Amino acid sequence: MLRRPFFWIIALVIAAFVAAPAIGDDVDLRESLALATVYITLASNLNLMLGYAGYINFGSIVFFGLGGYICVWLVDAHGWSLAPSLFAAGIGVSALAFIFGLGILRLRGPFFALSTIGVVEGVQAFVQNFGPWGGSSGIYISPEVFQPLGGAARALWVIYFALVATMGLSLYLSYAIKISKFGLGLLAIGQNEDAAAILGVPTPRYKAWAYSASAFLPAITGGLYFFKSAFIQPSDAFDLSLSTEALVVAMLGGQGTVTGVALGAYLYEELRGYLLTSEMFSHFQLVIAGVLLLVIVLFFPGGLMGFIYSRFPRTQKVLE
Amino acid sequence: MPPVPTLKTKHMLGIIASIIDGVLVGLVYGLSAMGLTLIWGVMDVINLTHGTMIVGGMFALYFLANGLGVPPYLALPPVLIGGFLAGVLLYWVAVHRMVGRPPLMSLLSTFAVNLVLIGIGTGVWGTALFNVAVSLPGVSIGRYTFPGAHILAAVLAAVIAAALYLFLHSTRLGKAVRAVANNREAAELVGIPTTRVLAVSVGCGVALAGLSGVLIGTLFPFTVLSGDGYQLKGFVVTVLGGFGNPVGALLGGVALGLLEGAVTPFVPVSWTLVIEFALFVLVLIAFPAGIFASRRGAL
Amino acid sequence: MTAILELDHVSKRFGGLQAVNDLTFAMHEGEILGLIGPNGAGKSTLFNLLNGVFAPDSGRIVFGGIDITGQAPYLVARHGLARTHQIVQPLTNMTVLENCTVGACFGRDNLPLARAHDVAREAAAIAGLDDRLEMLALHLTIAGKKRLELARALAAQPKLLLLDEVLAGLNPTEIEHMIGVIRRIRERGVSILIIEHLMQAIMNLSDRIVVLVSGEKLAEGLPAEVAQNSAVIEAYLGDPKLAAELEGSAQHVS
Repeated sequence: MLRRPFFWIIALVIAAFVAAPAIGDDVDLRESLALATVYITLASNLNLMLGYAGYINFGSIVFFGLGGYICVWLVDAHGWSLAPSLFAAGIGVSALAFIFGLGILRLRGPFFALSTIGVVEGVQAFVQNFGPWGGSSGIYISPEVFQPLGGAARALWVIYFALVATMGLSLYLSYAIKISKFGLGLLAIGQNEDAAAILGVPTPRYKAWAYSASAFLPAITGGLYFFKSAFIQPSDAFDLSLSTEALVVAMLGGQGTVTGVALGAYLYEELRGYLLTSEMFSHFQLVIAGVLLLVIVLFFPGGLMGFIYSRFPRTQKVLE
Repeated sequence: MPPVPTLKTKHMLGIIASIIDGVLVGLVYGLSAMGLTLIWGVMDVINLTHGTMIVGGMFALYFLANGLGVPPYLALPPVLIGGFLAGVLLYWVAVHRMVGRPPLMSLLSTFAVNLVLIGIGTGVWGTALFNVAVSLPGVSIGRYTFPGAHILAAVLAAVIAAALYLFLHSTRLGKAVRAVANNREAAELVGIPTTRVLAVSVGCGVALAGLSGVLIGTLFPFTVLSGDGYQLKGFVVTVLGGFGNPVGALLGGVALGLLEGAVTPFVPVSWTLVIEFALFVLVLIAFPAGIFASRRGAL
Repeated sequence: MTAILELDHVSKRFGGLQAVNDLTFAMHEGEILGLIGPNGAGKSTLFNLLNGVFAPDSGRIVFGGIDITGQAPYLVARHGLARTHQIVQPLTNMTVLENCTVGACFGRDNLPLARAHDVAREAAAIAGLDDRLEMLALHLTIAGKKRLELARALAAQPKLLLLDEVLAGLNPTEIEHMIGVIRRIRERGVSILIIEHLMQAIMNLSDRIVVLVSGEKLAEGLPAEVAQNSAVIEAYLGDPKLAAELEGSAQHVS
């Protein structure tokens, strides 16, 4: 992988994310880019199911929210430090996803998609009634937890770099899977699941692993995000619109491509940021997302990258 | 979300009464699912704007009844027409290009339209609660009263369902719809204008959603976002009753209403949807074609 | 000769239709066994039973000594059984090479990616697709797609290859080429079970023939014997064109 140019392109992107706000100590830029990393991470991991295996997961936010809850709860109620809590969140949510995935992945395409809508409702209802996690009031973390990280201000930088690292890992993970045998199997499933099974692709296992893998880094991102906010509650943790936006972004950039998803996430986040500050559009953010998605589905199913590849076919050799 | 029924006792009779009420409401659920299952069965398209169209019916009821003073049940005819037109428009915008493509694409296109509608809805009305007060004399048996509105809604739902059945089986257009559902290519070869039929089907599907919205609006308060819950119930009903099978949808609705009636006295309201959804997933895992699985196109 | 495939009283019913009824026969290693019969005789259903798409209602299927009755398709593929489909099933948005690589990766030897690429190239070459390796499957002609079905199945390095009407829809030149390919595959030691309607072709290719009518085995034996079997001729008499071909090929073979 080290020999392929795309590997270094990703490295460059990560370096840019690290350097840009660090040089000049620009806190505003940092916060904006932090949000971008969240979008990129969520969309890239969603892509494993959507673009590779061809399964739409409307409820990918569940990984983000649950990861947030596990991490915050371990830090707050059990005094764990951040790193092991994040790790536990990642492992825990992936394991849950694997087991649960074995069940719902037996459902074919559209039914699976519909059931993922319900998963969010289900998990949110559960958490809202779950005492140890604060029920519908959520959990507040006391500011002391930022001390081991060098105080609140410094902690925010540490968390930012961690978010960038997670984003980088997501991009590498997407890429590594895409060029691996596992990825080939997933792509075959996405093209024609029955034919893939007959060719010997172990479809139930592969789908479950992809689903589980797509949960790991979003869970960690969730942990970082809510740790940073020092507060988590069900309506924020399981915000369906974020899930939806991840989906729109993945389609916008070009499902199945690593570059497209990252590019789409970044562009969308910038657009959204601009819209939110504009008085007229702030209520209609979802409308914009909807229109974008409709246009893409109707006219540009290949997304941005599909468009770029058709105009500049040679880029397909370098980009993924 | 439907409020906890007026009877709070866990007495055996109370449960039976709750179940009967559930059946009444279930008939309305069945009607609300018919639109979904019709579109699904005719063209293999899952209409994710369904819930929002139901809410559309609710809002139409509100503005006609509370705003213009129209008697609530007279909101049905205009909603029938308006819903039909909205459905035809929906077909041309989001469905037409998706027919024949994998169902996932139509999921996404209708999902996108839904985003737009919800976005506009919440932008204009936020999450405000709306209520249309309909009080009709109820039927009392012993200690228990079955609200008149529930009974009338159930009766109207049954009437509308019967009308749909007659349409599909006794009119030429209805038979064309069933033909297209059964085998679109063959229908075209026989000279049926499939595009027109598909548009009509979506029109009917959305009209049904709107009509059921009006009826539900007479029963329970609602917000812009209420559609989600009813759409979810619609999926459960469709899976229980078979895809593209309106009679099955009615039966499935009754079954769901029965289940709800039996369960709600014991379980906090926020769990009802979760249970119904778990049911949806479990049924599909066990019966990938739905429980009352008649062959596809059994309209 | 060892039996590569044994069917033991296999039956399958779909609702009111008994698709396969108490079917028993064995296939020797390294042979080409032809499966013929009128339309609807249950031939494709048999293939679906063999590679795990459906499980039989009763009976056993033993492949290379292993009982594979009712196993999932991907497990059966792992044992070394590959098939082509009557209606081609290419992985449309992947290239010819990628299609074959999938076959090679997940077939009998469960190869790693690099090695699989080589095997895939070889298989594509045997099927005559080496000039189109980077072409997307959806851009192939029908003949090309049929070759891809074959190449992909071959890339899995199977011990037994199931060919379902691989000659249908091809012109005479393409048919000749395909027959050559099939012979070459057998020379590599692969056993082949082939369904075909082109009488001449299948009678010439096959070492032995099994005749299936209404899900039951009507006859089994050398092509010459089967072609002269009166019960077989009668089964085909409903289709005079086929009956003539049968007679014609009987003379040709004997």
